Amino acid sequence: MVRDSLVVAGKDLRVEWRSRILTNQVAPFTLLVVVLFGFALDADTATLRDTAAGLYWVAVLLVAVLAVQRSAAVETADDAHQRMLLSGLEPAAIFLGKAAALFVQLLALEVLLGAAVIVLFDVSVGNVALLLCTAVVATAAIAAAGTIYGVLAVGLGVRETLLPILLLPVLAPVLISATRAFGDAFGRVDADGWAWLGLLGSFAIVYIVFGLLAYGVLLEES
Amino acid sequence: MTATAATAPAVGNDPAGTGSRGTRVLGAFIAAGIPTLLLFAFALSPEDDSMRDAVRLLYIHVPVAILTYVAFGLTAVASAGYLWKRTRWWDTLAHASAEIGVVFCGLTLVTGSIWGRPTWNTWWEWGDVRLVTTLVLFLVFVGYLAFRRVPADPEVRARRAAVLGIIGAINIPIVNRSVEWWENSTLHQRSSLTDGNLEDLTLFTWFLGTVVLGAAFLWLLVHRFRLAWLEDEVERQGLASALDERRAEARSGVEQAVGGPVEGALDPRGDPR
Amino acid sequence: MVPAVDLDGVVTLLGRYPALAGISLQVGRGEVVLLQGPNGAGKTTLLRLCAGLLRVESGRGSVLGHDLTADRRPLRRRVGLLGHATGLYDDLTVAENVRFWGRTSRADDAAMRRALDHLGLTSKLHDAPVRRLSAGQRRRTALATLLVRRPELWLLDEPHAALDQHGRDLVDRLIGEAAAAGATVMLASHELERVAGLSRRTVTIAGGLVVGDTGAPGAPVADREPAEVADGA
Repeated sequence: MVRDSLVVAGKDLRVEWRSRILTNQVAPFTLLVVVLFGFALDADTATLRDTAAGLYWVAVLLVAVLAVQRSAAVETADDAHQRMLLSGLEPAAIFLGKAAALFVQLLALEVLLGAAVIVLFDVSVGNVALLLCTAVVATAAIAAAGTIYGVLAVGLGVRETLLPILLLPVLAPVLISATRAFGDAFGRVDADGWAWLGLLGSFAIVYIVFGLLAYGVLLEES
Repeated sequence: MTATAATAPAVGNDPAGTGSRGTRVLGAFIAAGIPTLLLFAFALSPEDDSMRDAVRLLYIHVPVAILTYVAFGLTAVASAGYLWKRTRWWDTLAHASAEIGVVFCGLTLVTGSIWGRPTWNTWWEWGDVRLVTTLVLFLVFVGYLAFRRVPADPEVRARRAAVLGIIGAINIPIVNRSVEWWENSTLHQRSSLTDGNLEDLTLFTWFLGTVVLGAAFLWLLVHRFRLAWLEDEVERQGLASALDERRAEARSGVEQAVGGPVEGALDPRGDPR
Repeated sequence: MVPAVDLDGVVTLLGRYPALAGISLQVGRGEVVLLQGPNGAGKTTLLRLCAGLLRVESGRGSVLGHDLTADRRPLRRRVGLLGHATGLYDDLTVAENVRFWGRTSRADDAAMRRALDHLGLTSKLHDAPVRRLSAGQRRRTALATLLVRRPELWLLDEPHAALDQHGRDLVDRLIGEAAAAGATVMLASHELERVAGLSRRTVTIAGGLVVGDTGAPGAPVADREPAEVADGA
């Protein structure tokens, strides 16, 4: 199963590598979001520094919606939405593969976004280990939930409008937890970042397990 | 599927209605219960020492909030039941319960907000665990209902909606925990019932509110369920005639085949999709 | 031996539309069956049903011994369906597409190279993104992604469409070889004169039912009442 999921993940990453949708369209969008936050908050560096953690994760969620849509679109282009079904692979393996590819893509975008936030909002990172662990665990949670929701509308032709209203409320705990943990890592709020990381971890585990179990039910189109 | 027989209306006799003697009795009880509740809530029960008259809103707010969680819990259970049994009884139950749950959830938020204004001096309090949890829950299930409106193969939609319904419920404790840690200072009343300092009349009114609104929930649920069931029944009748029509095409196809090779579009519908 | 395809009164819905209205059909292993019939008769739906993609609403069916109500996933690995959509990843190259489908069925690199060669996809084309291919080249690449999986049941929907003469000959050879190797082939085509040489059995479909069958065991059924054919639906 791990082998099959690596095949799927490798294929998704290769599609991305060739099409450059994330690098050419989504990455600039992430920078744009950061700049817009700067405008909206009146170029007040103190405010930006205090809210940087929250703004960062709001931006990540917006980017995640686009990345999830893209991940689902890879399978539905050319009117071939039963492609993954015909592969005959275990749905759990497909889930792991697509989630892993999404995880890698999101992490790459987060590095870019993080650099932009640190530079533009003048944030200093106090606790690098906490920052990195939070990013990894939160991204795993987003990738797992995103992969589950991404397949929901496949074959129904309403993906673009349906996905955000389904996915974003579910990710609210990720937003809260990751923001707190980042706030701690930035030294801006008095919170126990590691405890929040634990909560993020349980969210990620719940969604990964749920995805492994339920992906087959979601994938079938008839 | 014995449960189906018990709850499904007698379609043959009364195809246009969703009522039965059971629901009419229940309806009469609610019709009498709501004025009684209002009487107790506004006139007979005393005002609260700290909340003053605002306490009267809680006779609605608390039962509705409890029923919201009951409704979403029922949706999750019925969703799991659907994935297990794959019968439309469970699917219809999950859908009906979620719709009423969203209405009750909205009522919970509105009554809570109105109550919060005089009591906490704010319409909305971000720091409160239950408030924020309920809001997130509301949004999750609004999404669920939106998904249920998507035109799709009924069985595919039912299956995916069942997964959504279960995720929605799984999410409740996670959201609750995250909000709880988020702002430790909750404004929300610790359960007033366990304080033991409530007056008997207050307690009775609260109990009455729970019973009456619970009956209203049940009444709505049964009607909504039967309506969805009848809708489905109508579509199923459509299926029988569609099947006849489709087979008639085959008959004319035979005539053509006997006369010569069948070519070109016989089917006036064109592509079956 | 279990027949390759064994359908008994199968009704299949597309949404609420009964695309297959109680179809019954038996196809033995190693047979090459031509499906013909008017547009909208249900040929495409029948092929997708046999690929394990569609749900059986009523009736009973099994393909390669897999029950269509309970056991569809393992079936999908063993069939090769060429539909109207080619199912290729536009951003990947020809070789990458074939390699992906090969990997999902444990095929080795030699099998992938053979599949590419067999469909006349020269090494010059291997590294071309599918996006840049002509319709005929896409079609051939799609066939190569099927061939690499060595399907036991080929389900071909208009396999000659969009192909030039050379491509058509390749498809004919592919079908012949598949049958010679013991695989079963069902193909839907409008080009009767072309495929007549490939198959000894022609099944006519209309209104989601079999209305004519030149090779069914027993008497020809062209004059049978469709209502009778549909029994058990």
